[in-house]
Amino acid sequence: MPDNRATPFLSILGLLTLWVVAALLTDDPQTLPTPWQLIPLFQRELASGELVHHLGATLIRVMWAFTLAMGFGVALGIVMGRSERVNRWLDPWLVIFLNLPALVLIVLCYLWIGLTEIAAILAVTFNKIPNVATVVREGARALSPDLDAMAKVYRMSWLARLRHVVLPQLAPFIAAAARGGVAVIWKIVLVVEFLGRSSGIGFQIHLYFQLFDVAMVLVYALSFIFVMLLVEWAILQPWERRVRRWRSA
Amino acid sequence: MGHPATVGTACQTLAQRMIKVAILSKSYGDTQVLGRVEFAVQAGETVALVGPSGIGKSTILRIVAGIDGAFEGQVERPDAAAIVFQEPTLLPWRSALDNLLLTCPGLKRDAALHALDRVGLAGKDKEFPGQLSLGQQRRLSLARAFAGRPGMLILDEPFVSLDPHMADTMMTLTEDLIAEARPATLLVTHAEAEANRLADRVLRLQGDPATLKAES
Repeated sequence: MPDNRATPFLSILGLLTLWVVAALLTDDPQTLPTPWQLIPLFQRELASGELVHHLGATLIRVMWAFTLAMGFGVALGIVMGRSERVNRWLDPWLVIFLNLPALVLIVLCYLWIGLTEIAAILAVTFNKIPNVATVVREGARALSPDLDAMAKVYRMSWLARLRHVVLPQLAPFIAAAARGGVAVIWKIVLVVEFLGRSSGIGFQIHLYFQLFDVAMVLVYALSFIFVMLLVEWAILQPWERRVRRWRSA
Repeated sequence: MGHPATVGTACQTLAQRMIKVAILSKSYGDTQVLGRVEFAVQAGETVALVGPSGIGKSTILRIVAGIDGAFEGQVERPDAAAIVFQEPTLLPWRSALDNLLLTCPGLKRDAALHALDRVGLAGKDKEFPGQLSLGQQRRLSLARAFAGRPGMLILDEPFVSLDPHMADTMMTLTEDLIAEARPATLLVTHAEAEANRLADRVLRLQGDPATLKAES
């Protein structure tokens, strides 16, 4: 039986094998190139600086949208989880925005604000805030009343309460929203770029879609997937381990 | 709602270190649970509040502690307050030392370490509460209560789920700490023996809505 740590690598190897088999069976690089046929294209885009430029543009949009969505979503989730009155007022809004297709918000933002960077980032942010608020609201509803009473009696400042009492209790919910958030946000950013930006991975995919160049679409898409996996492994997972370390101590 | 609860000033004269309770009534919805309840606890005095389960002891405790402000009446209490709950109620994601430093603003690290030492937790400052035994967590809860030199101390059945030996040890430690810090202490308990051992006076709740019986 293989080592558990090797399982993800074996799984990815399996996916690659499937890709190679499908490419060989298709036998048409215009429809599905093999992985090794992408390598020279990747090197060319990297050397020209195009890949880095478009990766950077998308990454900046993802970071802005992620930061704004997490900031507003967490605040909204805490308020709705703590105040039944606010929740009664805002819950119908949340349901409407949760069921509003991402594409509708993107198109409306472009129509109302124009084809600008702000419109692009706001469109992604508005798409993600309801999800973050919904997850964090559940956490806020489960906050310990005993710890709340303790903080009140010991007159902890609101900032100290937020930092040392509330946020640590919400950490698992925020982590879940963040991990899900990153995955969804970058996909929406690509749609936003596809529809109305002149830079970014989504823009490049749009360009090569019009040229029916499957290989270049794959080069750009896979490059960004790789970057997002790096973000997951290098930032999100270590952060999650850090905030959970008291559980395993 | 009637008069709002008032709070003592930061300058702790002897009078200001007193707890003065004048509750006219307290209701949950249409159900009145407390009638007129008036008493005072002097600085350095320990008063026990006893009565059967469900009569309203915890409600009075929450009002006196400032956790529940929805009542008719007035409560005067010192600024520096501390509470020991039935459960340790610690911050499990912060070290033992941080549990003291975060709840007692202005407390120096050395003083916090001394407070840990005083309850028998020397060398445990870096440990998370989850790494401590239940007895040690209760000691940490006591250390937190006394570290800030409180003017008011509220004890909410702090020995209720302990075995007799552990309860005796903890009561002795609590007696010593109260004797050193001399806060105005309100002990809520349903155990007469506990009340008689720790308290200078015992107040009994009775009736529906609950009021105080003549003091013993």
